[in-house]
Amino acid sequence: MPRTARRPGRPHGPKKTTDRSHRGPGGLPDPALFRHALPGACRKLDPRTLYRNPVMFVVEVGAVLTTALAIEDPSVFSWLITVWLWATVVFANLAEAVAEGRGKAQADTLRRTRTATTARRLVDWRPGSRRPEERPVPAAELTLGDHVVVEAGQTIPGDGDIVEGIASVDESAITGESAPVIRESGGDRSAVTGGTRVLSDRIVVRITSRPGETFIDRMIALVEGAARQKTPNEIALNILLASLTIVFLLVVVTLQSLAGYGRAQQPLVVLVALAVALIPTTIGALLSAIGIAGMDRLVQRNVLAMSGRAVEAAGDVDTLLLDKTGTITLGNREAAELIPVGGTEPLALADAAQLSSLADETPEGRSIVVLTKERHQLRARAEGELAHAEFVPFTAQTRMSGVDLGGEDARQLRKGAATAVIEWVRDNGGQPADEVGPVVDGIAAGGGTPLVVGETITGGAGTTARVLGVIHLKDVVKEGMRERFEELRRMGIRTVMITGDNPKTARAIAREAGVDDFLAEATPEDKMALIKREQAGGKLVAMTGDGTNDAPALAQADVGVAMNTGTSAAKEAGNMVDLDSNPTKLIEIVEIGKQLLITRGALTTFSIANDVAKYFAIIPAMFAVAYPSLAKLNIMGLHSPESAITSAIVFNALIIVALIPLALRGVRYRPASAAGLLGRNLSLYGLGGLVLPFVGIKLIDLIVQFLPGLR
Amino acid sequence: MGATLAGWLQILLLVSVLAASYRPLGDLLARTLTDRGHWRVERALYRLGGVDGDADQTWPGYLRSLLAFAAVSVLFLYGFLRLQNHLPLSIGMPPVPADGAFNTAVSFATNTNWQWYSGETTLGHLAQMAGLAVQNFLSAAMGIAVAAALLRGFTRRQTDRVGNFWTDLTRITVRVLLPLAFVFAIVLVAGGAIQNFHGVREITTLSGDTQALTGGPVASQEAIKQLGTNGGGFYAANSAHPFENPTALTNIIEIYLLLVIPVSLPRAFGRLVGDQRQGYAILTVMVLIWAVSVAIVTANEVHGAGSPAGHAAGGMLEGKEQRLGVWASALFAVSTTLTSCGAVNSAHDSFTPGGGGMLIFNMLLGEIAPGGVGSGLYGILVLAVVAVFVAGLMVGRTPEYLGKKLGGREMKFASLYILTTPALVLVGTASAMASRGARAKVLNTGEHGYSEILYAFGSAANNNGSAFAGLAAGGTWYNTALGLAMLFGRFLPIVFVLALAGSLARQRPVPVTAGTLPTHRPQFVGLLVGVVLIIVGLTYFPALSLGPIAEALS
Amino acid sequence: MTRPLPTWIRLHLSSLRMLLLFTALTGLLYPLAVTGAAQALFGHEANGSRIERNGAVVGSSLLGQRFDLRGKSPHQPGERPRPDPRWFQPRPSAGGYDPLASGASNLGPRSGRLLAAIDRRRTDIARFNHVDPATVPADALTAGGSGLDPHISRAYARLQTARVARARGLSKTAVDALVNAHLQSRILGFLGEERVNVVELNAALSRMR
Repeated sequence: MPRTARRPGRPHGPKKTTDRSHRGPGGLPDPALFRHALPGACRKLDPRTLYRNPVMFVVEVGAVLTTALAIEDPSVFSWLITVWLWATVVFANLAEAVAEGRGKAQADTLRRTRTATTARRLVDWRPGSRRPEERPVPAAELTLGDHVVVEAGQTIPGDGDIVEGIASVDESAITGESAPVIRESGGDRSAVTGGTRVLSDRIVVRITSRPGETFIDRMIALVEGAARQKTPNEIALNILLASLTIVFLLVVVTLQSLAGYGRAQQPLVVLVALAVALIPTTIGALLSAIGIAGMDRLVQRNVLAMSGRAVEAAGDVDTLLLDKTGTITLGNREAAELIPVGGTEPLALADAAQLSSLADETPEGRSIVVLTKERHQLRARAEGELAHAEFVPFTAQTRMSGVDLGGEDARQLRKGAATAVIEWVRDNGGQPADEVGPVVDGIAAGGGTPLVVGETITGGAGTTARVLGVIHLKDVVKEGMRERFEELRRMGIRTVMITGDNPKTARAIAREAGVDDFLAEATPEDKMALIKREQAGGKLVAMTGDGTNDAPALAQADVGVAMNTGTSAAKEAGNMVDLDSNPTKLIEIVEIGKQLLITRGALTTFSIANDVAKYFAIIPAMFAVAYPSLAKLNIMGLHSPESAITSAIVFNALIIVALIPLALRGVRYRPASAAGLLGRNLSLYGLGGLVLPFVGIKLIDLIVQFLPGLR
Repeated sequence: MGATLAGWLQILLLVSVLAASYRPLGDLLARTLTDRGHWRVERALYRLGGVDGDADQTWPGYLRSLLAFAAVSVLFLYGFLRLQNHLPLSIGMPPVPADGAFNTAVSFATNTNWQWYSGETTLGHLAQMAGLAVQNFLSAAMGIAVAAALLRGFTRRQTDRVGNFWTDLTRITVRVLLPLAFVFAIVLVAGGAIQNFHGVREITTLSGDTQALTGGPVASQEAIKQLGTNGGGFYAANSAHPFENPTALTNIIEIYLLLVIPVSLPRAFGRLVGDQRQGYAILTVMVLIWAVSVAIVTANEVHGAGSPAGHAAGGMLEGKEQRLGVWASALFAVSTTLTSCGAVNSAHDSFTPGGGGMLIFNMLLGEIAPGGVGSGLYGILVLAVVAVFVAGLMVGRTPEYLGKKLGGREMKFASLYILTTPALVLVGTASAMASRGARAKVLNTGEHGYSEILYAFGSAANNNGSAFAGLAAGGTWYNTALGLAMLFGRFLPIVFVLALAGSLARQRPVPVTAGTLPTHRPQFVGLLVGVVLIIVGLTYFPALSLGPIAEALS
Repeated sequence: MTRPLPTWIRLHLSSLRMLLLFTALTGLLYPLAVTGAAQALFGHEANGSRIERNGAVVGSSLLGQRFDLRGKSPHQPGERPRPDPRWFQPRPSAGGYDPLASGASNLGPRSGRLLAAIDRRRTDIARFNHVDPATVPADALTAGGSGLDPHISRAYARLQTARVARARGLSKTAVDALVNAHLQSRILGFLGEERVNVVELNAALSRMR
């Protein structure tokens, strides 16, 4: 699969690079793709399919008309116009074919995973069945509720939930991720996808999809564009384009009669050329390619949108619900500070903290070792290095871990929850320093987790016990999140952090991360209520989720992104699936949605603005003979009437090809306020659309004027 | 004082009085359109008329009432004109011919007030005041009513109701138009406009010649003709006639009257949507276009650009009255063509090619700057919807205007709206050009004759009513064709606007965020002006190039 | 027969009733009220600002008149009436100052007919008044918008004084003074144009001596 591997859970940060597969240098589509798309583009000339694109359909009718006229009364000019009108239609089809081509390549790879698998169906499986009867069936014949057994090395025959066992599964076929993932029965990691391979162990899977409707089937349909329907926004834009087309057709049709007043009737070829130049061919040609490419950009980022409507909705999102853990903060807490109490030397505390954590393989424990090394230059000692050391592991009962050091003065070190360690010190006859309480409370209030370090020394003088100090563990907000949220705010999007933490902790983290609001001690019901409240105010809400209890909220949200690692219920409920299971990607999804709409708007503006220059080329060319004063409108100084009209038509066709890369890539999107975005895009595509064709038509005229028939 | 300074002061005076009435009149309109109570006279009208003044109507219900009322109005007026010889105060006028009566009935019921006839030789006093002038009130009120329904579409949430046509019509007439018209009618009489029921009186002049002095209830009709942006003059010469517009002072008052309601409606709009800045943005667009147009036409007329006749005579006074002069004529001409009023105080046909061409362009803009009473506001709001749609895409959201999303349904009605008038203008003009008989009715030759026909259809389809009056627009062909253009040009857009209102009212408003396209800033003003100019410019550039542009470039 | 009428018919009947009510209100009551108030407050203006001489109405100061030679030789068909040198002449009129034919010439800015008319008028007026053709002002060469324009420019009035004085046997100074007395400046100093009302001027002229 020609896709760069991505690790799940990797923080993506504010990166804008796109997948380079299928791309030539400079982000342009590979020329080979164009070549492959050409036959498809010609097939699309069939009027039975083309009529769905009213603008290009009109061009095709015009091309047929000029062909007939050129055959009847051949001239260099009429043949030139004819050829370029056909080229215009082919270029438009090419744009769509290229966009579809990229999806087809991916679909082919996916299809290969769907090779005929034989499933081992279990007859009458019940939980705990010892030796169920097994019957081999083709995967395609599995139906809802069947149970199958899959063992190491076998391919899972269909989508389902594991009902028994645990296994490591290679999901690279759909995620492109080579590292295996663990799937087990019960809980939120029970879903498996047909076409993925079990690497170890044995599982029983209950099939949850009908044949032909599996995740892979849907995925193929999506990337191929087979399931593509026009989105609401595309429909609205199409209506505007169709009515502009009608207006311009009216303009041209009535023009002949108007021109008759001054005896300036025009050849039909010229009128067809004028009509094609005026109707919004640029956006008409690229509109569907833009939509396909938008979906494709999501696929490139390993996100599957179940409908184009969902992608569009992503651009409209007003409120983002983000889970704290894994999205806003790194999954684990880190030691941030060591606070000695009762006059303990900082170094002594650091030493004790390190010793007690040496055998602690949790990320928190490791982070303590790292902190003592960085702050106090304490070398991390290997476990075996210490004589008579006996490590005490963490248990849920003691809520402490630590080390017992033998030797002359037997020394016990413990670190753990404040209450547990303080109690332990008291039990050993020590009196914790008074400041411990406030320090612990202070850390908790700041959103951190306090770990208290205590020691007992049993020597000749009996046992002394004391609290050495407190380790401040804190949630680490991912790098760049603050800036990200700042950007979102500028885009008018409110971020709400969802966390199970208490409100105090939640507030502290929310402030540090810079989110607009938070929902603490959140239950699924709270989440649902929040979404409904936002929607009641007319807002569009996006969220991510993976658990079964997220499913209702995912379904309720306007954009619900299910993690691929999540349950099939969650995946069913959402309207997008993130194959990387990276919750931060929601932000990218929003940007892609916006980019899609902006690209449409920008090219529409560009297309309409182009008409001004075309008028200045064509109108004087048509009428300067009958109305000499109109020659003054030929401000481009075009060579002859024929060369002027030809240049306008050639420009009209070439600009489509020139803009295909832009349509596929999407216009550059930088988070900014609406006014800022509009200002930028208006000056670029509005003003640019006004000026560029003047230059382009003039340049083309400089070349075509040397053609024999156009002097 | 030089003519230039005087001219500028004249414009300044007009702008200041308009600015001064923006708030009070806008507030009055807003109150009128939102008031929950009825006046006693209104309640009497509802009872006698047999209509329910309290029912909130759906958009189709609103439309049905409006169309029924319009149909009855046209038929009634048609009958009135056909039978006027049997009615009192007919001062000996014969019945109006069928095609002419159809044309005039449609013309006045559609707020166009295109006049193929000369009032002084065609109509009796009763036909003028109880036939035509009634429609001056009602067609104006109807325009404002439709605008009100559209505003309710923006302000209401999740409902299928857009207001009550009968209450809107009645209140606007009773509370706004009648009182203002009465006051200004008296003001015009004070300035010299006549108001009597005399017939034609033959007198012997100073030099012993004879002259037929006319009479009539002119001032009462003049006031509402301007105030309601109707424009149908009592006399053929319209506001150039000294009995309609006796002095330069009444002239500026008449310009003020024809502008004041359309200009104040954005205030009502801002009040209703709860954001005055929205009203100011729309007002700014209107004023910008108006100001540029005034500048262009005035400059052309003052310098006589491209006019051999102007150069030969030493001034562009052909078709302009001495008491008014070039500046006041240009100011009136621009204001009347940009408001769908269509009253004239000078002969537009004799303007410079550039000036006259600009007047045609003004009408083709769709009467939105500031446009006809009501129709100007709903016209520019529909264009704003189109502008917001294209621009809204460029900020990466489903476009929304005033909290309402612009989806397929909304774009369908907006697109049909902007499609209608160009279709009528272009098809109408083209069929006239294709007909030898229709072509022969022009007075001037060459491009200018062409412009007369383009002007006629531009004027009719946009419900303006002014003319390049060289065109002999009487006769069955023009009366029918222009009548149809007026009819469709008025009511098809109204259908689409009401449908749009219904579609908007049904929505739940979307909250404004930093990601929402702001529609009150200079950026949006510029955008809307650009969209208006580009859409209209692209639609009419070829048609204009064969007449006004070719003539102006000569 | 108590079956209710179909809704659409009832709707149109209500519409007709509303229309009749509005006709009574805005088509009868309103103009009558305006007429009553106007006649009471501004009777002279409301009745057309008439000019009377010896008890007879000789015109309206708002409407221009023709001051042509008449009676001596009946016009041949197609022959233009000749201006009477004893009167100040108004601007050309598209409708011959007939209030039943108000309106403009509507000739375009590049109309050959208009150009010819302007040339002819310039020659005629120069000859008629014995002045240099270059001094004839624009208002004298062009027809107004209403065909009833009662005003001329100061320049055109001044241009005519010598001829009028000669024809009437008056001193030029006296006629000049009369013109100056009838010279109206812009209203409020900036509205409209400076002008002389020909009808009022001629009425005053006829009262001289």
